[in-house]
Amino acid sequence: MEKVVVNIAYLLSASLFIFGLKNLSHPRTAVRGNLLGASGMLIAVLVTLIDKRIVDFKLIIAGLIIGGLIGTLLALKVQMTAMPQLVAVFNGLGGGASAMVAGSAFFESELSSLSADFLTATVASAIIGSVTFFGSGVAFGKLQGLINERPMRYPGDQLLKLTVGAVTLLTGYMIITAPEFSILYWVILIFGGFLGILLTISIGGADMPVVIALLNSYSGLAASATGFVLENTALIISGSLVGASGIILTNLMCKAMNRSLLNVLFGGFGEVAQTKDDIYEGKVKSTSPEEVALLLESARRVVIVPGYGMAVAQAQFPVRDLFNYLTERGVEVDFAIHPVAGRMPGHMNVLLAEVDIPYDRMKELDQINPYFEQTDVSIVIGANDVVNPLAETDPKSPIAGMPVLQVWKSKTVIVIKRSLSPGFAGIPNPLFAMDNTLMLFSDAKKAVEEILRSLKEQ
Amino acid sequence: MEDLILYITIFVLAIFVGFEVITKVPATLHTPLMSGANAISGITIVGALISAGSHHSFLTTLLGFLALVFATINVVGGFLVTHRMLEMFRRKN
Repeated sequence: MEKVVVNIAYLLSASLFIFGLKNLSHPRTAVRGNLLGASGMLIAVLVTLIDKRIVDFKLIIAGLIIGGLIGTLLALKVQMTAMPQLVAVFNGLGGGASAMVAGSAFFESELSSLSADFLTATVASAIIGSVTFFGSGVAFGKLQGLINERPMRYPGDQLLKLTVGAVTLLTGYMIITAPEFSILYWVILIFGGFLGILLTISIGGADMPVVIALLNSYSGLAASATGFVLENTALIISGSLVGASGIILTNLMCKAMNRSLLNVLFGGFGEVAQTKDDIYEGKVKSTSPEEVALLLESARRVVIVPGYGMAVAQAQFPVRDLFNYLTERGVEVDFAIHPVAGRMPGHMNVLLAEVDIPYDRMKELDQINPYFEQTDVSIVIGANDVVNPLAETDPKSPIAGMPVLQVWKSKTVIVIKRSLSPGFAGIPNPLFAMDNTLMLFSDAKKAVEEILRSLKEQ
Repeated sequence: MEDLILYITIFVLAIFVGFEVITKVPATLHTPLMSGANAISGITIVGALISAGSHHSFLTTLLGFLALVFATINVVGGFLVTHRMLEMFRRKN
């Protein structure tokens, strides 16, 4: 009887997760969706507490309080710019927790009762969980600037990854055939962790959106595997929802860079030799905040293209003021957001939402590209590779085929940038030398503030 | 064995549901989607509660306790930070 109640409650939780995710399809209903998900989790936790196997609540209360406090603190204190780091931490903790739950179930079981199914699921959970935990640790370090952001390459690196991967799987196979050597469980965790580190450390900062999305997916798959270990449907369903979500986002990010997942994981992007063709010579025109203000004064349609450089310079606040000023004067202002504009999927949208830019002004690549021709002024702030026309014109370019924002089709393009230095792809950008492009060499925040001041003075 | 097939069926069907539901989430909400997914993958808390509370052996209790702390951080932190972000999107509209 108790088991029936528990299972029905788990079914209810899983349904609430699905309804919750469904409500994320629009910003208006999304808050409710998140609350639905949270109530699903509450139900799952409460119903688990009536389980007869629980004999001591002291540790449980302690764990809930410690975890709850840390979680609350992280969630309330985190800066929106640091959201990728936080998600990396959460990915890691989720993967780690699932691996440990599976491990605990493994050590609780009598040797004679262990089936091959149970052992396979335990091994899967241990491998995925520890790859996720340690891989996320490295991703966090790179995003936070604790580890060099450049991809770490060394002779024989692919072979080493392959070997460690093979050894991890082999150890997993050994534990399935000979579970009495339970110490092998720890060996799997160590090799899995090593594999996670090797896989992530060779990936550059520009590819972090893909890595974070992929690790997100792994943390779900680890929960699913643990669901197989515990024969718990709530874990299986929730884990596969998260797994699917992560895979979809990974795919979108890869498409946004026109690269395959294998290329991202093993290709080593961002180590391209910097070609110094002087395409800029004599063609780059620089401008002043006053001139930009004059151009904006007579513009009817303006598109702002933000890149991560905008957030680094904390320029989103003056950008919001500029947006408000222009909008109040009847200018139509849109934000063109490339999928990899931030450091994780949707990151730039969150940074803009934080400064109260309405979401219906944030346009995706496919939505905005047809409108550049009717745009008077496009302002590129801290973005580079995502507005590089070489992606469309040079099939040999490292970014060839990557969908880009076609800002050059607008009447005038203003590029706010400190210098002509290349972006993550390490290649020059012919946009800067185009006839209709004006470069405003400055710090993004200062530049936008000065443009706004000139506008107000006129 | 029959059970295993049943669980695999649930797993595969849930992945299909996940794909259907999540492809409808707009790019604008992809970051809250990920942090919300973090919270949902904290469902492993259910297993951690039993491991931490069943006093089987020192080792299993320790693993369960650590897993419980990790998963609770995920659940509480994940839902809270997602709420914080989603409120930002709702505010101005």
